[in-house]
Amino acid sequence: MKNTFDFHNTPVIDQVGVEERVARFNSRSIKKTSKVEGLKLALSMIDLTTLEGKDTEGKVRQMCYKAQHPHDELPGLPTVAAVCVYPTFVKLAKKELGNSGVQVASVATAFPSGQSTLKVKLDDTKFAVESGADEVDMVISRGEFLAGNYNFVFDEIAEIKNACGNARLKVILETGELSTLDNVRRASEIAMRAGADFIKTSTGKISPAATQPVTLVMLEAIRDYYYETGIMIGMKPAGGISTAKIALQYLVMVKETLGNAWLNNIWFRFGASSLANDILMQLCKEATGVYQGADYFSKD
Amino acid sequence: MNTKTTTEKKKPKLDFDSGWNYSPSPESTGHIRLEKRYDHFINGQFVKPAGGKYFPSINPATEKVIAEVAYGDERDIDKAVKAARNAYEKVWKKMPGAERGKYLYRIARIMQERARELAVIESMDGGKTIRESRDVDTPLAAAHFFYYAGWADKLEYAFPNRKISPVGVAGQIIPWNFPLLMAAWKIAPALACGNCVVLKPAETTPLTAMKLAEIIRDAGLPPGVVNIVNGDGKAGAALVNHKDVDKIAFTGSTDVGKIIQRAIAGTKKKATLELGGKAANIIFEDAAIDQAVEGIINGIFFNQGHVCCAGSRLFVQESVAEVVIRKLKDRMSTLIVGDPLDKNTDIGAINSKEQLGKINEYLKIGVDEGAEMWQSKCSIPSNGFFCRPTIFLNVSQSHRIVQEEIFGPVLAIQTFRTIDEVIEKANNTPFGLSAGVWTDKGSKIFNLTSKLRAGVVWANTYNKFDPTSPFGGYKESGFGREGGLHGLQPYLNLK
Repeated sequence: MKNTFDFHNTPVIDQVGVEERVARFNSRSIKKTSKVEGLKLALSMIDLTTLEGKDTEGKVRQMCYKAQHPHDELPGLPTVAAVCVYPTFVKLAKKELGNSGVQVASVATAFPSGQSTLKVKLDDTKFAVESGADEVDMVISRGEFLAGNYNFVFDEIAEIKNACGNARLKVILETGELSTLDNVRRASEIAMRAGADFIKTSTGKISPAATQPVTLVMLEAIRDYYYETGIMIGMKPAGGISTAKIALQYLVMVKETLGNAWLNNIWFRFGASSLANDILMQLCKEATGVYQGADYFSKD
Repeated sequence: MNTKTTTEKKKPKLDFDSGWNYSPSPESTGHIRLEKRYDHFINGQFVKPAGGKYFPSINPATEKVIAEVAYGDERDIDKAVKAARNAYEKVWKKMPGAERGKYLYRIARIMQERARELAVIESMDGGKTIRESRDVDTPLAAAHFFYYAGWADKLEYAFPNRKISPVGVAGQIIPWNFPLLMAAWKIAPALACGNCVVLKPAETTPLTAMKLAEIIRDAGLPPGVVNIVNGDGKAGAALVNHKDVDKIAFTGSTDVGKIIQRAIAGTKKKATLELGGKAANIIFEDAAIDQAVEGIINGIFFNQGHVCCAGSRLFVQESVAEVVIRKLKDRMSTLIVGDPLDKNTDIGAINSKEQLGKINEYLKIGVDEGAEMWQSKCSIPSNGFFCRPTIFLNVSQSHRIVQEEIFGPVLAIQTFRTIDEVIEKANNTPFGLSAGVWTDKGSKIFNLTSKLRAGVVWANTYNKFDPTSPFGGYKESGFGREGGLHGLQPYLNLK
């Protein structure tokens, strides 16, 4: 695929206005049944993730169990959406999850820096897909992007998409390194037009990771692209979303920007492992009226 | 880029209606204290009306009476003016500025302490959303007292090399759209400059002014410095025509403003009039479009459009008109209309039955004149006075909905091609209170702010208020400035 779009002319973003809009989402009051519904929805959108050098088979196994059994004491809970691991653990995760419906996602393309050759990135991707990954999370080359080589970034994404086959491609913009919202918008356009199925804020290795202003700009890019092409693109804010309250604010943002079609785990994900336990704690509180201590929820 | 074929295949549409919805989240009213009946506040005390008559104040969201309020006439006004004159001569004008400032600070602090109560009553009495009364009206009202408290002992620095003295007794008449804020807006600078006041709140929204009277009493302000007389236009007329009033400060309709100006012509009375508006909100093709759409929403739907500086005439550059209107419709579809006390409500109740009637009449006029009307599909309560957010497309300068102030959630949209064209159209109105400009180009902003004949021009934002910033109009939008350093001047004699 060849790019025909001029990425120098992507829409401009006014940061002050974005922050104001975000503040308004955050003033929505989510109570009672809408809170319980929202929390369950958020739980079902989580990608449980472990991406550390010290990952072991045991850890991945535990995470896969948790993904299917978030908290058995509370009946009627959904499973999470996916587990996200390094390519070497994909086979194991796939086996552990069986036909639970929980997807296996894998980071590829020299995650998290992306500093490697295209050949290595393609091999990395193919290995993940051949091991059974349902989803591939790739990082863009931020250096090339910041240097203005937009078509380089485009071509790289398009090639990786090609290598993904049937796996869905999540493109990580690493917005913490892009420095402006104008750049976030531009990178979103590049990713979507190059074939991303999802656009994702962060690797979780760089601070700031997901923020609400960045997420709003990406959601607006998705909406505009949908109007232009009729193609739906998924969104995944990742990193830094650790409380149920913030997760609900993200759902409000999705609901009021993209509407209800995006309010499910096919089109929206949270990349945040610590979030799951806070959601579980809140759901238990809604069911019993009291908060339980953190030790009543498994940390996997 | 070939997008035409794909869009023809399937028309993309967003769905904001079904699915996950917000449960009601009403603000508690358990903490507020409302009397059944409110009198006038004259000479530091609550006094019954001379005529013995009361009128109901209605909650526009429920149509229920929430309190009765004294109906004032000339006798009540006369009593209040006398009290003000007495306090002025004997106490207030002699008091050092630093001391006056202390009282203002005290009022501001009590307003902050009672902010929740003030916000809830403001929403119940006027129909505005709790989100706005809590986040805008109440804090801004307190901020005005804080700001002018700071000036009370520094007036000679505000006007260097001039001899300053207070004007005397100020008669102040305020509208129903921002009852508490307008009261603060008027009272704070007057007191800071050493004047005493008689305030006449609007008849549909008198209750927060009465709460303010309680606060003023609790702050220990000397009796007579602030007097509040309730009533309708009759009391207002009596105040304007009272011979011992030195200054009239009026915020309200242009029609009444003209009557006031005629009434005080040839008298020694000073005046400031802050009247209607029909502001141009201008969106250029190079603007940050999504944020501009948000600015359109804030410009026209803030406070149900009951804002004299509302951006009620939208000018969109033709090249982006289609996309702006589509985005605007999507955004309007997410606005929640309903119970003003629900924290999730975006648009509350229209202030009165009368006003709703006026808005509906304009909707009919717009349709009759051939404009294309579009309203969001939101549900609205069966009781109370509500109006769906509305836009009119295909309008031109000669339409009445473009020329006349509607004072409701109704936006008239026009397109333009060149900058000269839009400047001409934006200025082609009897009003000149405010305007908005949306562009990514700084040079364009400065070009327009100097050419638009409006008292306030916002750039890449809309409906932002601050006590440090002057506010006021040109032409039929009135004269004089309120707020900021400029807001002191009408309350001072400068030599």
